[in-house]
Amino acid sequence: MKTSGDVLDRVTRVPGVRGALVVAATDGLVVAEHLMDGVDGRAAAALAASLVGRLARTAAEAGLRHPAFVHLRADAGSVLVAPGKDDLVLVAVVGPEANMGLARLEMLDAAGRLG
Amino acid sequence: MTEDIRSLTARLAEEPSSLAFLELAEALRRRGQLDAACKVARGGVSRYPGLADAHDLHAHILGDLGDLAGAFDAWTAALQLDPMRAGALKGIAFLYYRAGDIVAALDHLQRAAQADPDDPSIQVALERVRSSVRAQGSPETNGGAAVTPPTLPAASPFEGIEGGEEGYLLVDGGGLRLGGALRSPSGEETGDRVAAQLAGISREAARATRILGLGAWHSISIESPDGQLYLAAPTADTVLLTSRDRAIPAARVGLLAERASRAARAWLEGLG
Repeated sequence: MKTSGDVLDRVTRVPGVRGALVVAATDGLVVAEHLMDGVDGRAAAALAASLVGRLARTAAEAGLRHPAFVHLRADAGSVLVAPGKDDLVLVAVVGPEANMGLARLEMLDAAGRLG
Repeated sequence: MTEDIRSLTARLAEEPSSLAFLELAEALRRRGQLDAACKVARGGVSRYPGLADAHDLHAHILGDLGDLAGAFDAWTAALQLDPMRAGALKGIAFLYYRAGDIVAALDHLQRAAQADPDDPSIQVALERVRSSVRAQGSPETNGGAAVTPPTLPAASPFEGIEGGEEGYLLVDGGGLRLGGALRSPSGEETGDRVAAQLAGISREAARATRILGLGAWHSISIESPDGQLYLAAPTADTVLLTSRDRAIPAARVGLLAERASRAARAWLEGLG
């Protein structure tokens, strides 16, 4: 198992990633963070936990298992979320210039090492 | 002070921006410490004005305190954020019932039942209100425009689109299905239940991206081991969900969703 710091370090090395956090899904608390200036980590944590909870319920109603990856796209970037073990969720805020395919693969790999 | 309240208070003091205020306020409410519960919930609402759970809990506490106007306002705020929130719909229905507006109470309870069909208390409340309706005449047939579902054209918005019959779901802001259908991997029709979960999702996504300085949101993709979902907003008031097998590349699902969004927009314009 890797520490949260190791996991965040790896994700934030992907070009275009502005920051990443490990969040406790149940209460939206930040467990660890590695953020560029200007990214509100606490807000990102609470919002990601709330959104992922709702999307997990949506997936469950659709007969699907818990999401492994969520990608919220917006005009000026994206929020990537990959739930890990033990109620931990890996969240990354990325700019529009990011290599999304690489960021996704790193997130999935990193989330699997959390816990 | 009980152990759970002590530990929740400590957690909130240590991390004031956490969502622990929800548990703490509810624990205080259950213990009858309503003023303290109200203070905690009010603090949470002011920190997280876009969180429907906070408004809902605040409304419950205000109701317990006898501030029914305050409870109504707080539940209304919760419904603005999440139009199919069963607890808030039930709460407002109760307030309407108390005020003698049976039609509005019935309307809200019917929506609550759609949002949470497994809650037996809603069915009990519905039966009670329907009994009142029968006793008073029949507002459902006399003045019941509020409970009459909108009439939609028979044609599906997704006719002629790949997977159009069971892979797309168009949902209004209140979590009601406008068109399309959805089946789970086991073949069960899940459209209405999924639609109810999507009530208010557009507002929640918009708030998240705004706070993070990312501008307007335009799509959400969700990958599960059993399949993938893709959400887009064809119009400001609707959400389109596209469902596909995991074998289909995610980018292709995005293209299919864009095409379906255009079809949904055209269909909605045709309704107007």
